[in-house]
Amino acid sequence: MSDFIQGLLVESEAPAWLAERRDAAAARWRESSKPTRKTEAWKYTSLLPLERDFSAPTAADMATPALPDFGGEQLLFVDGQLQGDLSSLALPDGVSLVRFADANEAQAQQIAARLGSVVDSDKHLFANLNDANLSDGLFLHVEANARLEAPLHLVYQTSDREPAFSVSQRLLVVLEDNAEASLVEHFQGTSPAAFTNGITELVLGAGSRLRHRRLQLESAGAMHIGGVHARLERDSQLDSFHLALGSELKRIDIVVEHAGSGAHCDLNGIYLLRGSEHVDYHTCIEHAVPHCTTDEVFRGIMGDSSSAVFNGRIHIHPDAQKTRAELSNKNLLTSTDAEINTKPELEIYADDVQCAHGATVAQLDEGMLHYLRTRGVERAEAEVMLSYGFINELVDALDNEALREYLHPLLAERLTRDTRLTRHLA
Amino acid sequence: MLKVENLHAKVEGKDILKGLNLEVNPGEVHAIMGPNGSGKSTLGHVLAGRPGYEVTDGSVQFEGKDLLDMETEERAHAGIFLAFQYPVEIPGVSNMEFLKASVDATRESQGLEPLDTVSFMKLARDASKAVDLDASFLKRGVNEGFSGGEKKRNELLQMMLLEPRLCIMDETDSGLDIDALQVVANGINAMRGEQRSFVLVTHYQRLLNFIEPDYVHVLSGGRIVRSGDKSLALELEEKGYGWIEDVA
Repeated sequence: MSDFIQGLLVESEAPAWLAERRDAAAARWRESSKPTRKTEAWKYTSLLPLERDFSAPTAADMATPALPDFGGEQLLFVDGQLQGDLSSLALPDGVSLVRFADANEAQAQQIAARLGSVVDSDKHLFANLNDANLSDGLFLHVEANARLEAPLHLVYQTSDREPAFSVSQRLLVVLEDNAEASLVEHFQGTSPAAFTNGITELVLGAGSRLRHRRLQLESAGAMHIGGVHARLERDSQLDSFHLALGSELKRIDIVVEHAGSGAHCDLNGIYLLRGSEHVDYHTCIEHAVPHCTTDEVFRGIMGDSSSAVFNGRIHIHPDAQKTRAELSNKNLLTSTDAEINTKPELEIYADDVQCAHGATVAQLDEGMLHYLRTRGVERAEAEVMLSYGFINELVDALDNEALREYLHPLLAERLTRDTRLTRHLA
Repeated sequence: MLKVENLHAKVEGKDILKGLNLEVNPGEVHAIMGPNGSGKSTLGHVLAGRPGYEVTDGSVQFEGKDLLDMETEERAHAGIFLAFQYPVEIPGVSNMEFLKASVDATRESQGLEPLDTVSFMKLARDASKAVDLDASFLKRGVNEGFSGGEKKRNELLQMMLLEPRLCIMDETDSGLDIDALQVVANGINAMRGEQRSFVLVTHYQRLLNFIEPDYVHVLSGGRIVRSGDKSLALELEEKGYGWIEDVA
């Protein structure tokens, strides 16, 4: 067995202005130790599949995958390597996208000032790993009052090569005051040799609005441990949607800090597992200031002998009066061998707040099932339709029709391989 | 077509139907009236095969077959349709997906090919027009956020697409304003025919102003205590149910 700590560090070049950050993180990483099942944050997620020597990816050799069109500009990375050229993108005035490695001095300063300002690498081991492997990244900047309406679609594909390789993705999104943007992060790949560590930081300036979608569509053996870390300034709005298909190992941390009054966060997510797959979502909403609101809904379906974790924390600080925060987590187990570990955590240190949370492990609704059957739909198909509806409710709330239509068949296919049972869906 | 003999049924351990007899022939319209708690809705649910409704005695024959021995979906395939008093909402499944699944399942049970999407869409749009439901309701989740009247019209829409032999309408008139009632009644009247029968379960006589029944039955204490023609409904309207309970 190789050394977990050493195995995950990869050799890479970084621009000088990033190197200091990277080296400091690498030093911290070397001093850290592998979390065990006794580490609270990793209690239900085994890191055993990462006990390997990972190399840095080299230029990949694979055909460009067919990609859906969500109506905006698209960028493809294969094994961490950007395909094509950023300069070919048509972005609105006031919107810029640069690679860390290509940043000019002014841009490098902007990046350096914001990078790591939202994510706490001391608290998040794999964010620290991302820093330690930092050689490049993407910086999306939206100037004050500028708007990126058509969603920027970032596709992170892993290829099927051997031996084990690790891809480090870093995205920094900065919306200045009253800016608006729409973004889709889309990860896919099936190789058991691929490990992706994708860390995204979202900085929302006062009055800004970000529509953010993160699709973790890696399946089969592909592994991902990553996170989305957001800070919301006064009156900003984050609408963040997450979807994870199960795979060998998947762990996503979502941390949202309400840092300015009047901020609002919609956080919704779906996880769909089968076989022996594993998904772990850890969400944490920090209400640090008064008058902020959070609506969080996560739903999951676990089949076969898969296992999922949902840990949803809402932390209301003493000053955060007049907070309204609601968290709901509903789970459907479609097999007696499937497992869900769900834990909503509400920590309230202010007295004038309105909070609700709930977690359920549910069966299919007998009343709905009966209704479908009275219309002639056979039980097996009715069950699949209801499972689909249970999660699709969140997909149908998305405002992008192309995205909805892309996701519908993915959801259906995940529920059963028997296409007879899904033929009326999607 | 339908022959119910000495039907006894329990719900949650409580005896609700206590020896009900009813015979419905092709083309007939029967109204079943009765006070609250008399077992009207239970009859519909037992015929449709709702879980938790336990038949303890008696028999039900539908077109010569033992209905009680059939699964819920088999009863639907055989031509039984229950229009629910409280249609169920199914968020995340579109009305169109639901309707297509229902129609395909029914056609397949009859040995017919499923309809192609274009033909089906046309059929569904025409039917939604006939029940005065905007076509946008086809794209929404099944009954999701529909008003009471919209749900009832959606039931009627399903009935039109499935073309059942026996339609059991459970309090279809409840919660409808006069215009919606007219639409629903017109839909039902348009579907009347020599081979199709109706059982209208209703508390009030009002619906029968629009749909003329061949027979009226009064259900009380889990049994049919009186049967007659449409004039019985008017008599009930005038005298109330107390009179019937006294007779029973």
